[in-house]
Amino acid sequence: MKATLWGTRGSLASPGPDTVRYGGNTSCVSVLGPEGTLLVLDAGTGMRCLGLNLPAELQRVDILLTQLHMDHIQGLPFFAPLRRPGVEVHLYGPASTMLSLRARLMRYLSPPLFPVSIRELPGALHFHELPSGSVAIGEFTVKAQLIIHPNPTVGYRLETDRLALTYIPDHEPSLGAFSFPRNKEWTSGFNLAEGADLLIHDAQYTAEEYRNRVGFGHSSLEQALGFAQLTGVRQLIPFHHDPSHGDGMIDIMLEEAIDELHPAFKITPGMEGLEVLVGG
Amino acid sequence: MSQQEIEVILSRHLAEHLALPIFIVDPEGNMLFYNEPAEALLGIRYQDTGSMPASEWSTIFQPTEQDGTPIHPEELPLMLAMMKRHPAHRRFWIRGLDGVQRQIELTAFPLIGQGERFVGAIAIFWEITQ
Repeated sequence: MKATLWGTRGSLASPGPDTVRYGGNTSCVSVLGPEGTLLVLDAGTGMRCLGLNLPAELQRVDILLTQLHMDHIQGLPFFAPLRRPGVEVHLYGPASTMLSLRARLMRYLSPPLFPVSIRELPGALHFHELPSGSVAIGEFTVKAQLIIHPNPTVGYRLETDRLALTYIPDHEPSLGAFSFPRNKEWTSGFNLAEGADLLIHDAQYTAEEYRNRVGFGHSSLEQALGFAQLTGVRQLIPFHHDPSHGDGMIDIMLEEAIDELHPAFKITPGMEGLEVLVGG
Repeated sequence: MSQQEIEVILSRHLAEHLALPIFIVDPEGNMLFYNEPAEALLGIRYQDTGSMPASEWSTIFQPTEQDGTPIHPEELPLMLAMMKRHPAHRRFWIRGLDGVQRQIELTAFPLIGQGERFVGAIAIFWEITQ
């Protein structure tokens, strides 16, 4: 199983000289299974580059949306396979009480916010709503579960015979947790991440910033490390960097957090373009 | 132990921040949590009981009518909200584990999450002091 990070930024695309190494595109990760199944996690602005790098003979792609906030869907209409006739695209995302996944996406993918509507895309688009539970996609078992973040939001756990990758890019597990990060029963996302070989997790804020943004739905880097420790993962990729954090600042945040917490698991900074062999 | 449903975690979070007594059960009726204001009426701390099966909490507080007639567990609002999945309300008496008998008024409603998932029930109650 190979994961590639095409977008690592949270909230807002932030290209520029200060974000060259960690990246300025918003959330998008591709995961290639051992038998060739391609899953795409979120459709942030990083999705455009992913689409340009996929083979022209691609027949099917499955896109797993964690939520419908703009930084997770803005790349969708720029994803090249969607404009190719004959490509089968399956789109998964959290259900909501009042509107279907398609209807909610149409709010963005229609004028005046976007000139092209979903129905004008030539590819075959199939919608699947996932409040929770699991679905088989190729060699993957995909488990979705609601997690703490404003508006219906899920995290995903992708399992093959041997490996598990957990993806929770927007998550505030300390909210609602009983003495975070110590109580497994009352911590959002625990079941998704428990014992995963790789966890890609929200690490948007510094500890100081988090104190002023409780309830915004994100984690500090220290909380991401605490969550990884609690869930017993083997490797953590801190992800969804704050738009105001330049490369130098993220370097310092990581260095300080690792020095302070001495984590027992491997930490690989979430950089755009990073390729990770899960379990490798 | 498996993680609680997200709606239950958030309900507990809300309960911890409200001054109203609140009691939360899972879909089987097992008590998962009650907050500090509820501790005052139930006469025991949550830390001392932990979670409790429905068979225990529905009888341990000895719910009765005003005339002392015991109320069957299945007639309690929280059990009704859980079994019938609609709100229920009742005024009755309980005896806290501190030995004090109190008249309370209780409203219970089911917790139904996204995708029509039934994840438990919640009771908000208060003491009738007049």
